Amino acid sequence: MLKELWNDAAGGFHPASAPDFLPEAALKEVQLRRLRAVVERAYDNVALFHDRLRERDLTPAAIQSLEDIRHLPFTVKADLRDTYPFGLFASPMSEVVRLHASSGTTGKPIVVAYTREDIEVWSEVMARTLACCSLHRGDIVQNAFGYGLFTGGLGAHYGAEALGATVIPISGGNTERQIMVIRDFGVSALFSTPSYFTHLVERASELGIDLRELPLRVGVFGAEPWSDGMRSHIEAAAGISAFDIYGLSEIIGPGVASECPEHHGLHVFEDHFYPEIIDPETGEPLPDGEEGELVLTTLSKRAMPMIRYRTRDITAIIPERCGCGRSLRRIQRIGRRSDDMIIIRGVNIFPSQVEAALLAVEGTLPHYRIILSREQGLDQMTVEVEVTPEVLSDQVRVIEDMRERIAQAIERILGIRVGLRLVEPHSIERSQGKAKRVIDQRGD
Amino acid sequence: MKLNQLSLFLENRPGRLIEPTRLLAAEGINVMTLCLADTAEFGILRLIVQNPTRAAEVLNAAGWAVNLTEVVAVEVPDQPGGLAEVLGVFEQAGLNVEYVYAFTLRREDRAILVFRFQEPDQAITALQASGHQVLDAERLEALVG
Repeated sequence: MLKELWNDAAGGFHPASAPDFLPEAALKEVQLRRLRAVVERAYDNVALFHDRLRERDLTPAAIQSLEDIRHLPFTVKADLRDTYPFGLFASPMSEVVRLHASSGTTGKPIVVAYTREDIEVWSEVMARTLACCSLHRGDIVQNAFGYGLFTGGLGAHYGAEALGATVIPISGGNTERQIMVIRDFGVSALFSTPSYFTHLVERASELGIDLRELPLRVGVFGAEPWSDGMRSHIEAAAGISAFDIYGLSEIIGPGVASECPEHHGLHVFEDHFYPEIIDPETGEPLPDGEEGELVLTTLSKRAMPMIRYRTRDITAIIPERCGCGRSLRRIQRIGRRSDDMIIIRGVNIFPSQVEAALLAVEGTLPHYRIILSREQGLDQMTVEVEVTPEVLSDQVRVIEDMRERIAQAIERILGIRVGLRLVEPHSIERSQGKAKRVIDQRGD
Repeated sequence: MKLNQLSLFLENRPGRLIEPTRLLAAEGINVMTLCLADTAEFGILRLIVQNPTRAAEVLNAAGWAVNLTEVVAVEVPDQPGGLAEVLGVFEQAGLNVEYVYAFTLRREDRAILVFRFQEPDQAITALQASGHQVLDAERLEALVG
């Protein structure tokens, strides 16, 4: 690959992006070839997968077409926990060059492994992700994803370097130093969780620094669901274009799918990660366009192949071709996870619905959290909302009016009346990684 | 002729009032008077301080939500009928008082009334027309300092 030939203009073509533009037939040919190889590899090297195929009287020879993938058993998160720490590895440790782990909220963490080839694929898909987000050589990139066991920091780091950008490996936390670096180093792109960036924008404003006047032009956000309203807020407050990226440790980390400048769905790097949408109740595949649970198969992973991994993320495949020219299919932005759902008094609630109500009333998204408790056997839900300088008044009546408007908006969207408590700024803990929006104190 | 009043949102629980006042003390900013409006859940602390712009900066940087509002301060004799007389002016002018609080001066037998109006300019016009002393920041500083 001749670096001299790279077109480094903004939004220009980066050679790593070539597979994004494969004709459909060529893409399917690559997918089938890789699918057959990865199934064979898992069958030969992972006892759990081998046994599951044998139980169904299947062998890797059953895969004659991409559609045959539906005959294969699903892999779920519990499989990773049950085989903790190394039970799903398909490579001997002598070929594994990296381990990451994600802290589960309950029980043991899950461990994921990479061979040298896996790291190269990861760097490639992250470079393609960042090219998709309009980044290029010459960009100064502040990587505020956490470095360490979490895949976000190192995944984004390798991708940005592969792209040829200048990487500042600042990791998460120390918000004031982050702001100083953005300003002093002329940072043009920043990576973080959307909730941490919201916090950063708020802190910059408190310090009297206007991010809109700085060279920062792109934000790459992932690791948690965020709404379009939050996007508008972030874009206006920081004067940037905000891109949503998607990934999960079990598959590779960040780099599974990315928005392009059309900002309409996320292109799945499906030459490496084969997407399916299934009915979460029956497990049956759903046609493109229908909403269901995203299932991913790693087509080229060596150390830890994942066959039909159930992500718990709810989305749909967008069947139309994208205006950006990429032939990769897109998934809708993920607004909710099937395990994000709160059931309270028989009503299904997603935190994103509470977010929508807050945005509708305040115009911007305040920090909030949802507390679930049980009083005399009855489930209670209380939303705590921080008072921002924008809505603060010297008059009690004005604040009580706003409180009532929020309560009504939440009731309209959820269909039930919930408790609402206004709290002081900064009283809700800021996460440096994924925001924890729901505190369940019901104790079962 | 108007004064800048700082407002702060406080949760109604023990210890909340002390933090902002400590911040101001550390900056050497004197609180001339305050008024706390409270509900079961929260309170709004309103402050008249020596240097409201600086005080707002200090509180903002420490992460407090601060709001600056223009209020009208009137100097009256510290004696029976002082408040009633001024209120009579507003009644005449048909002006609604949102809230009021007061403080007296150590050295003189004067009291300062702080009023919040939706239309502060009309209130100032009415007060001046009836011969009342409306305070600006400089005059207040001179009286208190």
